[in-house]
Amino acid sequence: MHSIKKWFVVLAALVLAAAVLASCGPAAPTTTPSANQPSTLAKSVNLTGAGATFPAPLYTKWFDEYNKLTGVKINYQPIGSGGGISQITEGTVDFGASDGIMSDNQTAIAEVKHGHILHIPMTSGAVAIVYNLAGIGSGQLKLTGDVLANIYLKKIIKWNDPAIAALNPDLKLPDAAIAVVHRSDGSGTTYIFTNYLSRVSPNWSSQIGNATAVKWPSDSIGGQGSAGVAGQVQQVPNSMGYVELAYAVQNKMPWAKLKNAAGNYIEPSLAATTSAAIGVSLPDDMKLMLTNSSNPDAYPIVGFTWILAYANQTDKAKGEALVKMLWWAIHDGQQYNQALTYASLAPGAVTKAENEILSIKYQGQPLMTR
Amino acid sequence: MKCSDSATTSSIAVKDWSGRRGRLGDKIFLYLTFIFALIIVVILVALLIVLNVDAMPAIQKFGTSFLTSMDWDPVQELFGALPAIYGTLLSSIIALIIAVPISIGSAVFLSELAPAWIREPASFLIEMLAAIPSVIIGLWGIFVLVPFIRSPIEGWLGSHLGFLPLFQGPPFGLGFLAAGIILAIMVIPIITAVSRDVMRAVPITQREAMYALGATRWETIYRTVLPYCRSGLVGAIILGLGRALGETMAVTMVIGNSYALTSSLFSPGVTIASKIASEFSEASGDLYIGSLVELALVLFGITLLVNIIARLMVWRMVSVRNTGE
Repeated sequence: MHSIKKWFVVLAALVLAAAVLASCGPAAPTTTPSANQPSTLAKSVNLTGAGATFPAPLYTKWFDEYNKLTGVKINYQPIGSGGGISQITEGTVDFGASDGIMSDNQTAIAEVKHGHILHIPMTSGAVAIVYNLAGIGSGQLKLTGDVLANIYLKKIIKWNDPAIAALNPDLKLPDAAIAVVHRSDGSGTTYIFTNYLSRVSPNWSSQIGNATAVKWPSDSIGGQGSAGVAGQVQQVPNSMGYVELAYAVQNKMPWAKLKNAAGNYIEPSLAATTSAAIGVSLPDDMKLMLTNSSNPDAYPIVGFTWILAYANQTDKAKGEALVKMLWWAIHDGQQYNQALTYASLAPGAVTKAENEILSIKYQGQPLMTR
Repeated sequence: MKCSDSATTSSIAVKDWSGRRGRLGDKIFLYLTFIFALIIVVILVALLIVLNVDAMPAIQKFGTSFLTSMDWDPVQELFGALPAIYGTLLSSIIALIIAVPISIGSAVFLSELAPAWIREPASFLIEMLAAIPSVIIGLWGIFVLVPFIRSPIEGWLGSHLGFLPLFQGPPFGLGFLAAGIILAIMVIPIITAVSRDVMRAVPITQREAMYALGATRWETIYRTVLPYCRSGLVGAIILGLGRALGETMAVTMVIGNSYALTSSLFSPGVTIASKIASEFSEASGDLYIGSLVELALVLFGITLLVNIIARLMVWRMVSVRNTGE
C-alpha cells in the first residue's frame, strides 16, 4: 500500500511537471506560416554554411556586403574544413567550405546521400615559411623544397648545415639547433604545407604523407592555431615555422624565399599566390592542389579554398540564392580580397568556377543561365 | 567526530526516505529531488554509452594495444594513447609536487596564523585566482611564464642538474615543466580554499586543549589541526588533481604538443585533453574520430580511478581515526 502511494505521488509530480512545461512551451503563440505570401518568403531566404577557418574573415566580409546589397542573410560558421565536409555530408548546411579536397571515401559517402558535390574555388592562400634568426631579415633566407622537407624530417638539424649554407653563401648562419614549429591542431594550412612537401620530397611522401594533421618527428614543437605557431616562432630564438601569409604579414614576421618548380626564388605575396593558378591546366571539377606550380612567378606553397555545394539543389529558393551569391563572390566579391590579405582568383579559375556554378540544378533545370 | 559534514546530511536523508511521517509537500519535494539526482546518473550513463559507441571503430581495430602504442599517425591511421596518458599523468604530478606544499602552507597561514585583517582579503584574492578563465592563464603562460622558464629556469637546471635525465635537451620553454607550473597555478587556489575551510572546521576546543597542555603554535598545528582534518586535506588535493588531469586550454597553449614520450621535463609533450582539443575539429574518418573519442574514454577512466583511490584513502583514514579514539 505504502509503495503504491509513493508511486502515485511520483506520477502526480511528473504530470504536474509535464503540464507546467507544456504551458510554458511555444504552443500558444504559434501562428500559421505565411504560405500565402511567397514574395516575402523569397526575400527573407537565409543560407547557412560552415567549414574552413582560413577564409572566414573574407567570407564574413563578403556575406555582410552581400546582405547589404540583396537582403539575403548568410550565416557562416568557421568550424574547420573537416567540420565543413561532415556538415555538407550530413546535409545540415546549405554549403560547406574546405581548404582540402574531399577524399574519395568522403565523396562516396556524401554522394550516396546527396548526389554530386561541387568544389568551387573562392580564393587561394599561401603558406609562408617564417623564422626567428638574429640579424637575418625577411626574404634574405633562401630555401628549396627538398631542404625544407629535410628540416621538418629532422635530417637537417642545425642552421649552419652545409645544405642550407650552400643556398645562402652570403648569410652568417648560427651554429644552433633549428627549433621546428608545426600546427598542433588539424588544419588546412598543414594540409597545403604537407601536400607541397610530399610533391617535392619522396622521403616526405613515404615517411610522413599529406593530411590536415600528420605524425611529426618527435621534439618538433606544436603551436595551437596560426596564432600559436606565429607566437612560438616570435618567441623561440633560432626557430622556424609555417603560417598563412596573412598571419606573417600582420605579425611582420621574416619569411623565406622558396625555390619554385621553374627554379626561381620567390617571396610569398598575393600576386605570387594568384600566379600559381595562371598558365597551368585547371581541371573542370577544380579539385586541384596548386602546390609546386610550374608558373615561373608562382610561390610554390599555395592552395585554393573551396565552397562545397550540392550540384542538385532540393529547395528552389535557397538554390537560387546560393548560385547568385556564389556568382557574386567570384566576381564582385573579389574586390574585397586584397584589403584582407587574400589573393584574387586567377582569370582561368574564375571561368572554371562560373561553369561549375552554372551546372547547379534544381529538378534537372539549371538555376542560372549566362 | 567527523571532519566532513557529508556523512551527517546523508544520514538525515536516509531517515526521511525510510518513512518519517511528513506532509505531502515534503514527499513531493523528496521525489522531485530524487528525480533530479537520477538525471545526473542518467547523463553519466548516456555519456559513457555515446563515448563507447563513437570509440567502437578504434576499440575494435586496436584493442588493448591502443593503450601501449606510441603512434599517432592520421595518414596511416595508426593510433595509440601511451604518450598522451604519460603526459597527462606527468604534468599533473609536477603540478601537485609544486602546488601541495604551497597550498597547505598558505591554508595553515590563513586559518591558523594570519591576523583577521589579512585573512579576509587574502582569501578573497585566492578565490579570484580560481575564477580566472584558463585561456587567460594560458595566454599569460605563453607570453610571461614560458620565456621566464626558457632562460632563467631551464638554463640553470640544464647547466647545474643536466646530468639527470629529467633536465636534458634544448630549453624551448614549452614543455612538461611549463605545463606542470601552469597547472600548479590553477590548482593552488582550489587546494588552498578547500584546505583552509577544512582547517577552520577543526573545533577550537581541540586547539585550546593543546595550548593548555603547554604546546607551542607549531605543535598545535602539526599534532592536532593537520591530523584532525587529514581526510579533508586528501579530498582537497584530489579535487586539485581532478582539475589538473582534465585541464585543457591552458595546457594546450604551453605544453608544446609533440606526440612523444621522453624523460626530460624540457621536451614538448601532450596530454589527453590537449590532443582532443587540438585535433577533433579537423579530424575526419571513423577511425581517427574513434581514436580521439577513445582517448576521452581513457581520460574518463583515469579520473574515475583517481576518485576511487581518493575515496578509499579517505575512508581508511576516517576508520583508522575512529577506531584509534
